[in-house]
Order: sequence, then structure tokens, then C-alpha cells
Amino acid sequence: MDLKYTDAKPTDDERAAVDALLGPAPSGWEGGTRDDLDLRWAKGGHEARDRRDQLLPALHAVNDRIGWISEGALDYICRRLTIPPAEAYGVATFYAMFSLKPRPAKVLHVCTDIACAAKGSAALCAGLEDRLGPAGTPKDGVVWQESPCLGLCERAPAALAIQAGDEVATAVIAPATAEAAVAAATAPETAPPEATELEAVPQAQAGDPTLSLLSRIGTVDPTDLDDYRAAGGYTALRNAFAIGPAAVIREVTDSGLMGRGGAAFPTGRKWQATAGQPDAPHYLVCNADESEPGTFKDRVLMEGDPFSVIEAMTIAGYAIGAHQGYLYLRGEYPRALVRLGNAIDQARARGLLGDNVLGQGYAFDIEIRRGAGAYICGEETAIFNSIEGQRGEPRSKPPFPVEKGLFGKPTVVNNVETLANVLPILTRGAEAYRTGATKLFCVSGALGKPGVYEVPFNESTTLRDLIDLAGGATGSLRAVLLGGAAGGFVRADELDIPLTIEGARAAGATLGSGVVLAVDDTVELPRILLRIAEFFRDESCGQCVPCRVGTVRQEEALHRIADKTGADAAADIALMREVGQVMRDASICGLGQTAWNAVETAIDRLGAYE
Amino acid sequence: MTTTPERTRTPQGSAPVSLGLPRRLIEFDLDGDQVRVPEGATLLDACRDAGKDIPTLCYGDTLTPKNACRVCVVEVEGARTLAPACSRKAEPGMKVRTDTDRARHSRKLVLELLASSTDLSTTPHVAGWIREYGAEPDRFGPDAATVAGREAKVDNDLYVRDYAKCIMCYKCVDACGDQWQNTFAIAVAGRGFDNTIAVEHDGPLPDSACVYCGNCIEVCPTGALSFKSEYDMRAEGTWDEDAQTETTTVCAYCGVGCNLTLHVQDNEIVKVSSPHDNPITRGNLCIKGRFGYQHVQTRE
Repeated sequence: MDLKYTDAKPTDDERAAVDALLGPAPSGWEGGTRDDLDLRWAKGGHEARDRRDQLLPALHAVNDRIGWISEGALDYICRRLTIPPAEAYGVATFYAMFSLKPRPAKVLHVCTDIACAAKGSAALCAGLEDRLGPAGTPKDGVVWQESPCLGLCERAPAALAIQAGDEVATAVIAPATAEAAVAAATAPETAPPEATELEAVPQAQAGDPTLSLLSRIGTVDPTDLDDYRAAGGYTALRNAFAIGPAAVIREVTDSGLMGRGGAAFPTGRKWQATAGQPDAPHYLVCNADESEPGTFKDRVLMEGDPFSVIEAMTIAGYAIGAHQGYLYLRGEYPRALVRLGNAIDQARARGLLGDNVLGQGYAFDIEIRRGAGAYICGEETAIFNSIEGQRGEPRSKPPFPVEKGLFGKPTVVNNVETLANVLPILTRGAEAYRTGATKLFCVSGALGKPGVYEVPFNESTTLRDLIDLAGGATGSLRAVLLGGAAGGFVRADELDIPLTIEGARAAGATLGSGVVLAVDDTVELPRILLRIAEFFRDESCGQCVPCRVGTVRQEEALHRIADKTGADAAADIALMREVGQVMRDASICGLGQTAWNAVETAIDRLGAYE
Repeated sequence: MTTTPERTRTPQGSAPVSLGLPRRLIEFDLDGDQVRVPEGATLLDACRDAGKDIPTLCYGDTLTPKNACRVCVVEVEGARTLAPACSRKAEPGMKVRTDTDRARHSRKLVLELLASSTDLSTTPHVAGWIREYGAEPDRFGPDAATVAGREAKVDNDLYVRDYAKCIMCYKCVDACGDQWQNTFAIAVAGRGFDNTIAVEHDGPLPDSACVYCGNCIEVCPTGALSFKSEYDMRAEGTWDEDAQTETTTVCAYCGVGCNLTLHVQDNEIVKVSSPHDNPITRGNLCIKGRFGYQHVQTRE
């Protein structure tokens, strides 16, 4: 590949940021100083190109240090990794957290998504406008911008301050006031500490002894491996080694565990299909790109019980014959990043990751890859492209990930909560697990005690039970958004829906990623629907026509009927139905296929615009 | 099992080439008829063999299907969503319906979404499909977001990038990249409705890695990429395809032997393409074959 680079030069800081990740440039061919030897032979080929997957980390390195990515920095990254500049530009412009234009080192991301909108994000934004000027316009070294759901719904309204520099400083402000948000954005290092993860789990605060997945939140130090082991940690991995990979898969299959990310695919079947592939190596990807509006369970698990995620990934890797796992973490989760990084370091130091896990002769290691602001990268094939340094666009299926996944090899992608369930399966056994299986729900909105709740995953739990558990509605409950923006609304008189996959399906709803977002009558429904439509328009990758243009047409129609009802809205509703149908039928991936769900259910079940 | 022999070639004086395994024939139900296609064939291949007219835009006969436009979707029984005919491979026993209400609805909507957001005035066949499917692009209203207002990028003497006409089919990117040219001068940039085809930093073409092979023009389905000569003549109103002749000849620049098809209007070469079935070019040329024709018409 004979690449043409640009003439733009990186600054010393930019070069240092990239070199800190990749090491110093070994030759003039890779952006270093050109010497006589470089003129005698060319260096390139597959070896040089095979590090394409370092593109996203390299972009992060520059963005973290400088706050934005200049032409010189991008060119240097391209030279270091032998990447065509046009492609690197295409990748960098895909992610919302990167800027290719100069901007201040201090950026304040303000969530305006559904849960935060219900708790006053509009007033927060107005206050920020007074203090910092309009969104996107720098003032006093700070720029603020609206953000999709930050996964802090239990503490809405939320904001996240990020300050680039030699050490990135972050601060979570939730619940946020304009004053506190500006103070934190100006000096994130001195911002008051954010609430502990225990505060996101009301059941744990109350000392509920029935918790399983959440049992260690608030009782076990999430930064201390010894504490985790003293609380039964790594028993499951020992049991896995004792019974062997095939038996692990059998246990998981017998347990009936289904994916908790939204698609509810049987986990054991996925593992079995991957384990049996002759092609090697196999990979494990933990999907921690939790970005579905209203979802924050994975964040709480990763922040409050990070060792369990690492242990479960090790078991999954062992079962499917993988030696490398990737944990793809959404870019807006700074505390989870620190906790997981610490957990991996400690596990590695103690022989729980590495060449010889627990002395069993099994090699497994985990690398964290940070997302950079793209909901679509949580799609199971887009996540591969993102890790590989390509634009995070979904791939066509077939082939399925179990056959051709990450780097074209057999891959299992599991959600964080799915993996967390593997531990009780292996400690209690499939049969005992099956009878006592639990499910996490992300409860937010107009309720007394929002937070992550763990409830029995069977017919005995209804939506009403969960809402009662969460302190009941604070106002007059109008509807519940079940399953997230890709899920749908149910009415306040439909709360007897059992919280099972079948129960939800029978009611024409979906549990999706476990979102239960209560909406009372103080919030205007058309505004919520517009926010959902905006979300899908913003997050569409743009690859296929139904989603790229359809999400725009849906939003336009919702704008037109924002203040209309009845016959005045009928034509646009009919139009949206047609657009919704093509999105559902003909989009490449789940984003486009579900982009009309919430709006459709609001019209059909809630009678919006009637 | 029915088999069909693989096409093979034995270079003279060398060891015989392995025949490989014979290709199986796949039998499946296409609109109620049992059809047979070689293993690996797509539903689009099968439809075309059966004389069925399925519209395509992002499909290219010389490229790996990207299935981005979704105008070729068909219904596969038992599947939750529709399948893009251009890339879905035929499987034994599958039941495929090409003309159901659902498939026609999606095709119609894709045409409406594209025609309302892009300038399709130079896209071949599309006007006919819009009529056939009863598509009404205007029903999204006068304020519907569109890229049709984008200004054409005229930054060199050879070809023009008029992204007002771009439907984001990815074919130019694939032809420029690892599927043909390996130049990687262009890529998709941005996200969602705001995405576009761009060189690095969306700069001018002469500053980029572009080698002006014009292979992107060859695969562009909408005329977003066109010879500067064609662009200028269209602007003057003198472009007239009916008055053009096409003459296929061999490029005289080097010994490779590429086929050139000269498009001639009023005794002037106005465009050069290459036959896609030519075993040497597969439609691709270099800058000399594609754009180096001026000497032919220097008459002094």
C-alpha cells in the first residue's frame, strides 16, 4: 500500500500522546526521523498495517491530551499505523466525543435524554446558557454540549465534565445544578466526589439479603481483590476449571440464561456454536457500550463489582476456547474505566489473568477498549468494526459473529449483565440457578426511589411490583417506557404485565435492556417522542437508506405535529407508519429496525396526538 | 446431487490447475417456481436468471455487495426482516417472494426517501422505478431535509464530485480502496444523515492521494461523480446521450491491453469507460486510459 500522507505536522504534545501509547516511532517510515537506512529499504506490508485496531486508542490518546484532534495529529497517527488519512478522518468523524476542530480542553456533556428531561434538564441547559453561552460555543475555556443518555438516570439530571491534559480529569455532576456543573467543568479535579454506586441500588442500601447479582454492591470493596475473594469471588472460575469447558457450556445452556443486552439470545447456544468452530483464534467481547437511553445497570455492576465482570469473562473465554477478551466500554463511563482497569491489573498480578490462569495452564487476558460516543457501537457487529479501527458500522449477517466476528474469527459477544449471571450458575449449579434466576431493571423517571433493582425473573414479578418496590410513582403515572428507546410504552393501567420475556411479548412489549422509565403527566409526551426521534437520527450510522433518511423523516413529522391532535395529526401519523415499516423491515441492524417502536406504541397504546 | 463443472484454465507449459470441487446446485422456491442456481449465487443472480426485474442502486457487478441502499429487498419466508437480494446467498429449500406487498412497500419507500433527500436527476432507471412503484417523494413536504443543495466540488480538470447526487452507496470508496485501486483516497466521513464521501479533512482532490484513475466514476450509480467534460456539457445543455456513439478499442499507452470504450458526441470524445466484462480491466483504467484522450482530437 503506497500511502500519501499530508504535510501537516504534529505538535510535540500530540506526538508525545501518541508515542505514550505506541512507543517511539522506530523509523522515518512510521513518522519518526528519517535516517540513511530508511532510504535504503521500505518498511510496510502486513506487519505495519496489522495494528489498525490501535487507531481508536490513538485517537483517544490525542483527544485526552489535547482535547481535540488536529490535522497534524491525525497525520502522525496515520504514519505510525500505516493508515490512509482519508480512512482515519472517516473514523475520527464517526465518534461524537472527538472533535477535529479546535475546542477548549474542558468539555461539559449535559444529558438531555428522556430520564434527565423528566427531571429538569431543560432548566439545567437554560442555566448553562446564562453562564456559559450557547451550547457548542466556548466561553472562559469551557464548552458545553448536549449529550444523549449518560447512563446516570437514577441521579437525573446529569452532566459529565471532561478536562483534557496529561492526566484526564473527569467529574460526574448528578443531580446537577447549573452552578455545580459550571464549577465542575471549570475545575473537575476539585469537584465534589460523585455519589457511591451503593446509592444507585436502593435494595442494597436496605440490606436486602435476597440479592444475587447485586449482592456485593456496597458490601465488598470494588477496588480490592482480596475482599472480592473473601466474599466468594473466583469460586465460579475454580468450579469451571474443575468441570472443563464443555461442562461449563452445558451448565450455561441448562441454566436457560438468555442475553441481557436486549436481544435475549440463549447464551449457551452462542457459546456452543463458537466453541465448535474449527477456525482459530476465538475471541470474547464483553459488550459494555451501554448506551440505550435509560439503561445504567451495567455501569452499576462495573463500578460496584468489577472483579465479577473480569471473573465471568475469564470463564466465558475458557468455555469458548478464547485467549483474548476485549471489554468494550462506553466512553462516558470514567469511574467504570478506573475500577475495571484496577481489577484487571490486580487479577493479572495475582495470576488470575495471564499465561497461566490459576495455575491451570489456561492463558487469558483482557483489554479494555473505550468507545467514543456512538450508540451504534453496542450493536454486536459494529462493536467489531469499532475495535478493529474501522467506522462503527454494523455488518451484514450472515455470517454471524459465532462464525466470523472480531478480526474475522469466531467470537462471542456478551452483555455485562449476561456475564454476571454466569457466576451464580457455576456456584449454585444450573438447576438451582434456574429456579432462582434474577433480572436487573433500570428504574428511573417519576418514581420515589430510582435505581437498579434485582427481582426474580419469573411470572411472579409484575411491572407493578417493580414500581412499588421503587417507591411508587411520584405524580400521576401516565405511562412506562419499557425496554428503552428501542422498546415501547405501556399504559398506567397495564402494570400487571409479568416481567418476563414471554410476558412482555404477550403484552406486545419488550424488556429490551431492562429499562423501566416512569412518565407522569407533568411531561409532555410529544416532547419525549421528539427526543427519542432525535436520538435515533443522531445515532444512525448512516449506512442504509431506511435508517439514515427514515429517522430524519420521522423526526420531521413529529416536529410538524408537536402541537397538533386528531385529524390535524392524522396524515403525518400515517406517513410515519409507512416510514416506520420500511425502517423495521429493511434496515440493516436493530437500530433502524426499532427506531419507530417507541413512537408507534405512544400513538397506538397511549393515544398520543388524539 | 446435480453438479456443474467449475470453469478452469490451464496455463500452457505449467502444471495442471486443480479443478477444485464441482459447484453444487442449490434448489429453492422463487415466487412459487423451483429454481436452481450454483452454490454461492445470490438471490439477485437467481432473479436475473429467471428474468425478474429487481431494482438495484448500490449493487455493482464488479464489487462486493454493500447492501446499503435496500432497494432490492425481497421477502424470505420465516425471516423477521426483508433480505437484500444483492447479497443474500441462495440456500437450499428457502422460499423467496420478490413481489409481496411488504417488499414492494420497502422498495417504494426507499425510492421516496432517496428521491426526497438527493438529486436523482441523472440516475439511470430511477424515474421508471418511481413510476412503477408509485413512489411520491414530494409527500415529505417542502421542508424535508435534503443534500440536493450541496455545491458540486469542481477542484480539478478531470472529474467533478457533485455530492448533491450522492446516495452513499459506498461503491466509489470500495473501488478506490481494497476492492480495486488500493489508493484509499476517499472514505465515508461523518455519521448518519450528515455523512458524506470525503478525502482527509474534506479537502480538495488535488491535495489528496487520488491518482485520477476515474474508477470511482465508472461505478457511481447516480452521476454524482462525472467527467468534467460531461459536467460542463450538462451545464451548457449540450450533453445528449442519444447523439453519442460508443466505440470499444484497445488503449495504446502501454502493453497491458485494456479495453477503452470511447463515448463520442459530435466527433469529440466526451467520456471514456471500460467494459465490466473485460477480463483485464473489469471496468477499471488508469489516468492515461481514462483521461488521456486529448491527443486523439488535436487536429492541427
